[in-house]
Amino acid sequence: MNVAEKPVITAESLIGQRIQKKDAPEKAAGKTRYIQDMIVPGMLHAKILRSARVHARIKSIDTSAAKALPGVHVVLTAADVPDQQPIGVARDHLPLKGERVRSLRDEIAAVAADSDEIAEAALKLIRVEYEDLPVIATPEDAIKPGAPLIHPAPLDAHGRPKSLPPKTPIAFAGKPDNIAMRFDYTHGDIAQAEAESDVVVEDSFQLHYVTHCCMGVSGVIAEFDASGNLLMYSNTQVPFLHKREFAEYLNIDPSRVRIIQPPIGGGFGSKLDIYPFEVICIFLARAAKRPVKMVFTREEEFLASPTRQPVLLTLRSGCKKDGTLTFRQVHTLHDNGAYTSWGATTPFVMMQTFSSLYRVPACDYHTTVVYTNNPYAGSFRGYGNLQATFAIEQHMDMLAEKIGMDALDFRLKNAQDAGEVTGQGMTFKSCGFKECLTTAAERSDYRKKHADNIANRNARGPVKRGIGIASMLHVGGGAKIYPSDGCGTILKLDDFANITLITGASEIGQGSETVLSQLVCEELGLPISAVTVVNNDTAITPWDVGVHASRTTFIAGNSAIGAARKAKAKILAAAAKKHGCDEGALDLRGGFVVVAETGEPVVELARLMRNLHFSDKAELVMTTFYYEPPSVHQDKAFKGDVSAAYAWAAQVVEVEVDTDTGIVKMTKVTGTHDVGRVLNRLGLEGQIEGGVVMGQGYALTENLIVENGVTRNPNFRDYKLVTAPEIPEMDITFVESMDGEGPQGAKGVGEAPAICIAAAAANAIYNATGVRMFALPFTPEAVYRALRGAAPKPHWPAWKPE
Amino acid sequence: MLLTHDIEFTLNGVKKRLTIDVTMNALDLLRDVVGLTGTKYGCGEGECGACTIRVDGETRNSCLMFAVDFDGRDIVTIEGLAADPKADALRESFVEHGAVQCGFCTPGMVMQASHILETHPDADAETIKRGLEGNLCRCTGYKKIVDAVESACCGAK
Ligand code: FES
Ligand code: FES
Repeated sequence: MNVAEKPVITAESLIGQRIQKKDAPEKAAGKTRYIQDMIVPGMLHAKILRSARVHARIKSIDTSAAKALPGVHVVLTAADVPDQQPIGVARDHLPLKGERVRSLRDEIAAVAADSDEIAEAALKLIRVEYEDLPVIATPEDAIKPGAPLIHPAPLDAHGRPKSLPPKTPIAFAGKPDNIAMRFDYTHGDIAQAEAESDVVVEDSFQLHYVTHCCMGVSGVIAEFDASGNLLMYSNTQVPFLHKREFAEYLNIDPSRVRIIQPPIGGGFGSKLDIYPFEVICIFLARAAKRPVKMVFTREEEFLASPTRQPVLLTLRSGCKKDGTLTFRQVHTLHDNGAYTSWGATTPFVMMQTFSSLYRVPACDYHTTVVYTNNPYAGSFRGYGNLQATFAIEQHMDMLAEKIGMDALDFRLKNAQDAGEVTGQGMTFKSCGFKECLTTAAERSDYRKKHADNIANRNARGPVKRGIGIASMLHVGGGAKIYPSDGCGTILKLDDFANITLITGASEIGQGSETVLSQLVCEELGLPISAVTVVNNDTAITPWDVGVHASRTTFIAGNSAIGAARKAKAKILAAAAKKHGCDEGALDLRGGFVVVAETGEPVVELARLMRNLHFSDKAELVMTTFYYEPPSVHQDKAFKGDVSAAYAWAAQVVEVEVDTDTGIVKMTKVTGTHDVGRVLNRLGLEGQIEGGVVMGQGYALTENLIVENGVTRNPNFRDYKLVTAPEIPEMDITFVESMDGEGPQGAKGVGEAPAICIAAAAANAIYNATGVRMFALPFTPEAVYRALRGAAPKPHWPAWKPE
Repeated sequence: MLLTHDIEFTLNGVKKRLTIDVTMNALDLLRDVVGLTGTKYGCGEGECGACTIRVDGETRNSCLMFAVDFDGRDIVTIEGLAADPKADALRESFVEHGAVQCGFCTPGMVMQASHILETHPDADAETIKRGLEGNLCRCTGYKKIVDAVESACCGAK
């Protein structure tokens, strides 16, 4: 056939479509094997003995009876592992505690046995003698003058205080007070801005403990080969950081540590750090010379995985009569728990919200992160932003009311626009914020309902309706926290034009495999089914810094596109050479090399691939690409454009408040998200809906009750996740601001949907009842009390950070 | 001293005879003894639905059963659902509607959904939501799961 007779292959874009998740058929058939389902031949089962005291000195540990139990292979305490080192963000956390326990979750001993049951039985035979120490149950208590110190001195391998010789490898040098970290940020002139204000409001807000509740609990299998190389199967979110840390731990080269991630049953930030159980499992495997598996029970997951940090927050905000915001002044006090994980650094994100959600001429922000004997705080979807937004977005409504302005108009007047550079140096190259506000408000009929609800507050009947709006800003193009925020891709085309996409980015349920496949297929004109994604083995995949900061679509996406474009160039050059045409005139569509202008096929891609690959001195179509976003580290003053793009959203929440019972029902959520560009509409909706319901739980039902360091409700019966009948109606829409740096214009959105639900719900409760909620969660009891003026208002302690 | 017991039951259409420790949990039997890992442990306390199986046609939380309770019963797990064409349509509906994210709750959800489909083929969204009340999902926000079941119910009419 001559060229004129050839059929035309049109370019059908995959972008913006509803693309099914690649791993869904396996998962729906129950065939997917999570860490829980894995068996390694010869493996032992491990359990950890945790502290029976909140804060105590360990006087003695007797493991002899446990060691004597048939089926027990190894029993370890700190004394058996003289080479252990502190782990975690501040290197203040020894995996096995020898001298002192600082929280109820603390790991004292570990057993590897033939079965879980035997390991469990062995734990019961371990005798520990304690000498109780005073418990510090709140940050307020921790900062009182003369408070007992939780980390008074450096640690040695036994957890004993140690006088450090010079050049010690132990980083943690103890704390002369109970303050784990401080953050101070300022821009503008607060005094002047305050003087210019017509209205100032000041309130304290109390944010509570919640936890991730991944349906697939934490777990690892550790195994050494004959040469002492470590293989870990782990459902971590940060495999490459694990590789490095474990290597450091074992004092071996990182190349000798390999992390394989089986499919992961949810992360949400809970699997973002190095945890004692992982290191302990390595010790056990080393001692047993056998593979060792350790998977948490649900109770353990509640007790021993990190939490979202409780925060006490005091906020002063001001504005002028015309609605111009003038200043914000914030102090926050964070309950760090007994050790420092990522919860301590959430102020990074909180200060972004305070400084840069809306234009605010002056901002002053101080955080003190305080050690207590409570469970320690980690990272959790939204990373501090839920807490900050809860306060700010209520103050936006309060200020608006005080100057007699509509809350939506007030937000629009102060909303950021594209081109803005904030006090913190964040540069908004794309910004759909105002469109998010107007769209969400219009679709929910916000203005009319808001006015009607106020008019109806005194109507008869106990049930009052309310509507509230809140907005959010979050990083949408990664976040430069580590030296690199990049991701690598290896792309391999085989002889049938099928693709193996080898990416550093992990799939934890969010759908990254599918989106990355889409982006690559869009470049190469192939169907999604042509792609196999390899993303779970550090021995194969190139570097990535992990699943966090809503970064995967953006960073790994740009990386995948880069590799695909290089492959495309190679293919087109080969096709052009072979067919004697200009490579600029060719394109890839529908599995063919085509004439770009007309879509007429020139050669089937699979055929060309075979031709290329099987020729003498063949050049394989295999490309690599590393994408590092153009963001920068913040300087010491916390200034710098830390993300390559920023995501925006406005969410409107509607509630019914039963004033007789205090029960708040969330009836509808209208959310509009600036996602840059919709890549996979189906996946995006799923992310947003899931985040909304997580936000609903944060607002209404979830509460990890910690009293005097004891977690009172470590189970699903008493820790209330939202269930199917309770979900609100959801109307989710997208604003496409087409970010110049984003993959096909997209921005990250993973954390965004959870962020403003609680704030919007608080505004809705106020709209319904005229009563402000300053503390979470809005349980029936809390609301009932608040409605009767009997809720204790959070108050800032007499103390101020100097 | 271990006390054992002989049980006989049908598992996914196949007769089984096993000698088990009387204290053994049914979920452990499925996962650790016969190696059917599609049934998940999410809580071990009957609160999450990840371990949902069918016993004599009714859905049950296997984590709350002793393995001896299997004696004389007809047990179907997510793996056994493969033989059921209606369940095929349901699984496809889950995939098509984006009802699967991390997928850990999914086998339990599919088991429960298939029961709803059989017992209430005309179920509306509210009925489906109530039917799924005992199954927790941390990822999806349930909406897409309800959509998937609703569409399968419509399809089954
Ligand atoms: S594991 Fe059985 S209900 Fe949760
Ligand atoms: S899909 Fe992850 S728990 Fe339901």
